[in-house]
Amino acid sequence: MKVLVAVKRVVDYNVKVRVKADGSDVDIANVKMSMNPFDEIAVEEAVRLKEAGKASEIVVVSMGVKQCEETLRTALAMGADRAILVETETELQPLAVAKLLKAVADKEQPQLLIVGKQAIDDDANQTGQMAAALLGWAQGTFASKVDVAAETVDVIREIDGGLETVKLRLPAVVTADLRLNEPRFIKLPNIMAAKKKPLDKTSPADLGVDVTPRLKTLKVAEPAKRSAGIKVANAAELVAKLKNDAKVL
Amino acid sequence: MAILVIAEHDNQSLKAGTLNTVTAAAKLGEVHVLVAGHNAAAAADAAKSVAGVAKVLLADAAQYAHGLAESLSALVVEVAKGYSHVLAPASSFGKNLLPRVAALLDVAQISEITAIESADTFVRPVYAGNVLATVQSADAIKVITVRTTAFDAAAAQGGSAAVESVAVAADPQLSSFVGQELTKSDRPELGAAKIIVSGGRALGSEEQFKSVIEPLADKLGAAVGASRAAVDAGYAPNDYQVGQTGKVVAPQLYFAVGISGAIQHLAGMKDSKVIVAINKDEEAPIFQVADYGIVGDLFTVVPELLAELSK
Repeated sequence: MKVLVAVKRVVDYNVKVRVKADGSDVDIANVKMSMNPFDEIAVEEAVRLKEAGKASEIVVVSMGVKQCEETLRTALAMGADRAILVETETELQPLAVAKLLKAVADKEQPQLLIVGKQAIDDDANQTGQMAAALLGWAQGTFASKVDVAAETVDVIREIDGGLETVKLRLPAVVTADLRLNEPRFIKLPNIMAAKKKPLDKTSPADLGVDVTPRLKTLKVAEPAKRSAGIKVANAAELVAKLKNDAKVL
Repeated sequence: MAILVIAEHDNQSLKAGTLNTVTAAAKLGEVHVLVAGHNAAAAADAAKSVAGVAKVLLADAAQYAHGLAESLSALVVEVAKGYSHVLAPASSFGKNLLPRVAALLDVAQISEITAIESADTFVRPVYAGNVLATVQSADAIKVITVRTTAFDAAAAQGGSAAVESVAVAADPQLSSFVGQELTKSDRPELGAAKIIVSGGRALGSEEQFKSVIEPLADKLGAAVGASRAAVDAGYAPNDYQVGQTGKVVAPQLYFAVGISGAIQHLAGMKDSKVIVAINKDEEAPIFQVADYGIVGDLFTVVPELLAELSK
């Protein structure tokens, strides 16, 4: 079974982004970029499927600027077999990414597409569901456990009240939640080996996909800041403040 | 054109977030509510009583019993064609369903809006809530999930809408429901609770999480939440998680007990009216957003607090 995994290059989760002075966008010049943490979990899951003898090949794909190649190399070092970069300078929104994923999946014919449940920059949580819709495949979103059989996959999903299990017909899309697995540390020899793995480049035009953004960002702003309050000495003082000052008890 | 709200329900009653979504929809136009379920007449009855709802559409079939996105999206796409906006709560239900609907309609989806500027312009948080983006959609149908804490709940009573049946769509038969393991609790729902007591990694074990956090929550009639670290460590179930990727809450009073206050956690609770932090590390970032902080060992402070509240 071939597995396709999509990864996004995002501002590293430790970086606190700032808004540009003119409020037009966030300033991401010269900040550290990394693979979206949820996509790391997606790659790890694919690698584990291969190690368990359930996946035969792992193809990893990323869409965006040239530097996404670094993100793809990270995925290759984790254990993916080959990579595809859909290179473009255009801002890509989830619908466009889903269309590109469909085009890649049509060529590669994977049985499983695994993506992170959301990217930590736009927090959209859309791409996996949209790709499933366009491909006409089932979707197992917010997965905390994936159990692949011959023609189906059982997915345990993290939902608001607890956990839910669904059975999906293959091919299917799975979106990774936090507790699906813990991604491995990459060893140096694997980083070296990843440099030799194949990485093909293509473009939205080559794939025949119109990636024009549908949403226009009019402005960005920082939310009102909460200011630090006061320290109280003990429980008695706290209860008195909550009752008399804040009036929430 | 009217506004379509996709009800989140369990076939018997509406989930609380549906009421907040109705409030958001009412800012845009006349509100129609789609109840898709199985033997869901009771849920449709609840929907028609909600203040501000003009019409309820009921699609009743076995394939809609468990809210599977594959079956539901096929229906919503058909129904949505007569509407300018389609809204659902940004819950695990809405987040699963609406992107699929949007893609089938070939429109963008706008996630977790916190404000409505006009019929095509919305505010939504990005970067874990550290930035608010104002976005404008040029699509013919706007497909939107609503951050429920940003809009008041519509009154559950006071409406008297008509209920109309809508045709069931062909079932794509791509997926099936196997089972659910829901956390059983008599406490209020996290999303709707007035008071929340959340515990972090400092609790040290599942047993201590239960023996320290739960009595305080029960004393206050509060819901129980947890940081990601506590959930990852197995101290609390996944549905307790408050944060960027868990639940976003905004209660009247939020207790952060033994939680350091990572950006990802703050994203889920910083809109709470009053925040109390109990942490032994006085440099913990949680104190920068807390209205009241106690620097001390939670294993002594929480029992003292419990005793004080019992006086």
